[in-house]
Formats: sequence, C-alpha cells, structure tokens
Amino acid sequence: MVKLAVVGLGKMGLSHFAIINAHPLVEVVAVCDATGYLLDVLGKYTGVPTFADYDKMLDAVELDAVVIATPSKMHAKMVRTALERGLHVFCEKPFCLDSEEGAELMRIAAERKLVNQVGYHNRFVGAFQEVKRLLDAGAIGRVTHVLAEAYGPVVLRPKGSTWRTQRAEGGGCLYDYAAHPINLVNWYFGQPSSVGGSVLNPVFSADTDDEVFGTLYFDDGKTAQLSVNWSDESFRKMTTKITIWGTAGRIYADRQECQVFLRDTATIPDGYKEGWNVRYTTELTEPVWFYIRGEEYSAQLDHFARSVEERAAANENSFGDAVMTDRVISMIIADAQDGTRTSAQAAAAAAAAATPRRSKWRGLLSGAR
Amino acid sequence: MTMDRLLFGDNQFFGVNHMSEEKARAQAMRFQDTQAIVDVLDIAYDEGIRTFMCTTHDRIAAICDHMRMHPSRYADYRFYPCMPYAHKYANAVTEFGMLGALKRFMPDGGLIDAAMRGGMSLARKDVEGITTLLVDAEMKMFEGLNTPVIFLQNVVVDLLLGLGFKDAFRIFANHVRDKYQAEPGFITMNMPRLLDMLEEVGIDNPIVCSNINKIGFRMCGGFEAYARALENRRFRAVAMSVFASGAIPPKEAIQWVAEQPNIESIVFGASSRGNIQNTRELVDRFMPARQVETAVAG
Repeated sequence: MVKLAVVGLGKMGLSHFAIINAHPLVEVVAVCDATGYLLDVLGKYTGVPTFADYDKMLDAVELDAVVIATPSKMHAKMVRTALERGLHVFCEKPFCLDSEEGAELMRIAAERKLVNQVGYHNRFVGAFQEVKRLLDAGAIGRVTHVLAEAYGPVVLRPKGSTWRTQRAEGGGCLYDYAAHPINLVNWYFGQPSSVGGSVLNPVFSADTDDEVFGTLYFDDGKTAQLSVNWSDESFRKMTTKITIWGTAGRIYADRQECQVFLRDTATIPDGYKEGWNVRYTTELTEPVWFYIRGEEYSAQLDHFARSVEERAAANENSFGDAVMTDRVISMIIADAQDGTRTSAQAAAAAAAAATPRRSKWRGLLSGAR
Repeated sequence: MTMDRLLFGDNQFFGVNHMSEEKARAQAMRFQDTQAIVDVLDIAYDEGIRTFMCTTHDRIAAICDHMRMHPSRYADYRFYPCMPYAHKYANAVTEFGMLGALKRFMPDGGLIDAAMRGGMSLARKDVEGITTLLVDAEMKMFEGLNTPVIFLQNVVVDLLLGLGFKDAFRIFANHVRDKYQAEPGFITMNMPRLLDMLEEVGIDNPIVCSNINKIGFRMCGGFEAYARALENRRFRAVAMSVFASGAIPPKEAIQWVAEQPNIESIVFGASSRGNIQNTRELVDRFMPARQVETAVAG
C-alpha cells in the first residue's frame, strides 16, 4: 500500500483526494489545508486525520508520497521539503512560477530516484494520446503549423478575488488555462526556441490576464499559435483543442474526438484510411477503476500510484516535462512585457529601404496601366 | 411509487454531447429558445414519455414556468430533478474560492458567515443545515410541480463516494423524503461501489442511475461487477448512456439492455421525432410492460 497525503483541499485537491482515496493501491493517511472549517468537516465525516500545518504533518505521519494541490506560488517550497524527506510527489500545474527552481527540483527528484509527476491531465485523454501516436508514426508528414486553443467561462465579470485572480500568486488565464495547450505542444514537439507576438490581456480581471495569444517558434521552422480565453461564456466548460497541419494531412483533437485527414502522400497508420478519419472518446478511452469527472483525472493518479508502487524510474508528466511548460510561460510573460511591434511607419521605412530591389517592376506596372 | 420505463433526459438541450463538441454546439444553438425545448418535450409527451429527468440548470426554470402555465396539458407530467448543475459551482469556485462560491449559492449567506465567526467550526447540524438549504435552493424552480424522484448528480455523488462522506447520502435522502415526499435517487459512474456505501448508511432499495451499455462505456468497477450487481443487489436500476453516445446502434443497444435483469427504467436523450419514436418502439418491443412491473413488485 502506498501511504499518501493530500495537501491543499481546493477544487483540485478535493477531487484528487476523492479519486485516490478510492484507489486499491493507496491509503490516504492525512490531509492538510489552511482552512479550519474544511478540515473540521472532513475529519468529522470521513475520519481522515487532518493537519493545518504541512511540516507538522510530515513530522507526524509516515508517508510514501504527497499530492500537492496548493496555490501555485507555494508549490516549489512544499515540493522541495517533500523531496528532501524522500517522498514521491504529484504536484498540480503549473509546476513552479520560477522555472529555474523547477529545474532544481527536477534534479533533486532524479538524484533521489523519486517519482515526480505534474497534473497535466490532458496527456491522459484518449484523443490527445491518439494524436501523439499519429505524430510519432509520422502520419501527417512534416508538421508545419499548430493551433493550440483553450476556452471556457471562468471570469465573466469584473469581480471576485482569489489567488487564481492574481498573476503574482500564479493565477490568471496564462497559468490556469494556457498552461494546458502549451503543455500539449511541448509533449508533441518539445520546447520552442523562442516566442513572439505574445499578448496577455485582461478582459475583466484587475490583476491578471484573461486572454493569452502568441506564437511559438521551433528550430525546424515549425510554428504554433496559441489562442486562449477564459472569459468566453459560449463554452459550457473548459475546452482544450489542438489542430496540427502537416505536409501529408491534418489532425484536429479535443477531449471527445480525434479527426484526421490524410492525403494520398501520407503513411497511413493501421486502422486509418486516406481522407477523413474520426475516432471518438468511446473507442479511445481506457476504463478506469473509479470515475468522478473524466477518465483522465483518474488515469493520471493511477499512473502516479503505480509508478510509486513499482518505483518506476521514468513516468509520464515528469517535473522535467512541466519545467518545459513553465519555461514557455516565462518566455511569454517576458515577450508580452517587451511588446515589440511593427507600426505602419516602420513598415513604410522598411519598404523604402527595400526600394532599389523593387525598381525593376516599375516599368511593368506603369505599362499595365 | 413506480417509475416509467422511459425517462427523457436533457443533455441534448444544453450542449452536452459525449461524442462531439461540434454536435454539442449545434444543439446548444438549436435549443437556445425555450420553445424549441418545449416542442421536443411535447413530441416525447405525445409518445407517452411523461417524465423529464433534468439537471437544475438555470434554463430549466423557464420549462417549469411553461408547465405551470399549462396545467391541463401537462396534468400528469413529472420532473425528476438532478442536482446540482455542477459546472455552475465549479466555475464559481475558480472565481470566488470555496467559501465565496458556497456563500453565493446559499439563499442566506448569513449562515456561512455565522459559522465562520463561530471559531471556524461547522458543527454537525450546520453541515446538515447547509446541505438542506442548498437542496431547497435548487428545488425552488420546481415549486407546484410534480417531483416524485429527486436525484443527486453524479459528480457530487462520486465525489462524496470517493471521500467516504457517507452521511451526506443519508442527509440528502432524509431531506428529500421529509420535505418533498419524494424518493431520493443517485446518479453515479461507480454503481457497484455506491451500492455498498448506500447499504452501509441504511438507504434501502435505492434508485440508482448509472451507465449500463453493451460496450461497458463508463461502467467503473467493471462490466462483470455491474452484471453481478444487477443480478444480486437490491436496488432500482435506471440505465443511462445505453447507446454509449451513439457508439451502439439503437436496436442492438435496447435489445441488450432488455436482456439484463432488474432494470426498471431507461433514461435517454433525443431531439428528433424520429429518434424519440424509434426508441419508444424499441422499448415497447424488447421491454414489455409485464417484465418491468414484476421488477418493481420484487
């Protein structure tokens, strides 16, 4: 049995607690949160030992692993403490607000051979896994462009204040929403070499962004466009989608389905045909032992529990994977602050500078008139 | 209290489609006028499907108004409310935090404030009080209408189940029986495990709605465990997702469900006359009334 504690009992923490508490390999031996009334209720009604202080909990309870789902700003310190005590760690996303700190935690975890995972649950969605299989098989040829999107109805009016509404605390659309499509792009294509045209706009929020747009550039010339908005009420709930163009076809995927168009030049994978192919969640999803809100949330915790049980050296969604996403997030913040743009004036100046090269067309143009 | 064999669901009206986002959006567009929903409910009603098992989505209030305005047309109409509409709460928690969200949905935020001031400690009766007030807030839109079964939605049921928060099921069941003279129902994606917990807290012969389909889609605990539960456990089974979001052809799907023991009702969603009629005919053919009556009597 894996003895585990859940730290931070917000929306994600409660959900993780409920899911992993039902896991046959796991015993939740403690929960920790700063909110007294919540601990009180959980302690009384579920019987789980509760702690208001993280360090006291670590001193008092014998543990194999922790699930950390506190506000993002607190991740780094808590993860470090857990690793130093030799505990396996599952941490919510985004991993660390300072990616250098994240990289160090990654090294500590590797050194101590501890299982380290971050909650980018989309990597456990059947349709997104199918995309990975198709890309690895080279199904759509050389990829030239990616559109990575996420939309949902979180901040719809100018009020409300929690840590999620403060950029300094790791809140906002970039950390909360955009991290997911960025992480998918990292999973499929690795780390971009640079970013450009980044926009971090508030729509209703006073202290953070509600819209995120920008371009990610890869060394091989491939680009990815990011389009994310958490103030979009036309979506019933968060919807993440990815579209990938290649020389031999196109892939579109969201949580429900994977639509693939393969040209006659494509290397057709098993079970696929030239032209349109659609795979639905019903055929792409593996059953889970317990379900609350989507198989992916159960599957990622199952993966963590099994990795701990087997002392697996490599696991999906490692700290290393998450640090890559944290780095892209930092690049986007820096790029948005830098805000280099091209004005009409600059365009005219550039055109003027290029005039000698255009002169040979002049005769042709006047002749056409 | 018996339940009809066919219950009408509401996913199709609110842009919930487990297969396709595009289809979900097209449905959301089609059904943004309340009249479009009423038209489909009328088609179902004229086919003899007079139970609407619906989420306590804000828009259901307008449907309730329509039913109240035409009492003679819908004299024997029944609502099976399913509460709460979870995304409403989840989005509010992201925006306002856990306590902030709770306060927003309580008819009187004062209770939470009082509890917070009282040394951050919620006594046992406060949890009961909050639960029952939240139920009452969700039930408000159904005032004066027939609600013989009141369901707790699967996200909440399965969260409580995972946490081991057993007493919440008892609190919900008691309140629904006492205040609304209704049968409590529980929607779950983990039926065998839920049956154990409901039995533990003494909820006898509960109405439990879960996915039951030929391909085992979202039947957590496994196909075999579901089959054993249907065979051996004492509960009133309502089958949902019998077509597994369209992955199973209708005839094959209904025929298979009809072969399973002790299924009292099927809840299904459809938006065309053709699909409603077709489902109705398949159920008439493969699940003749006698079999169902026996199950209820048993």
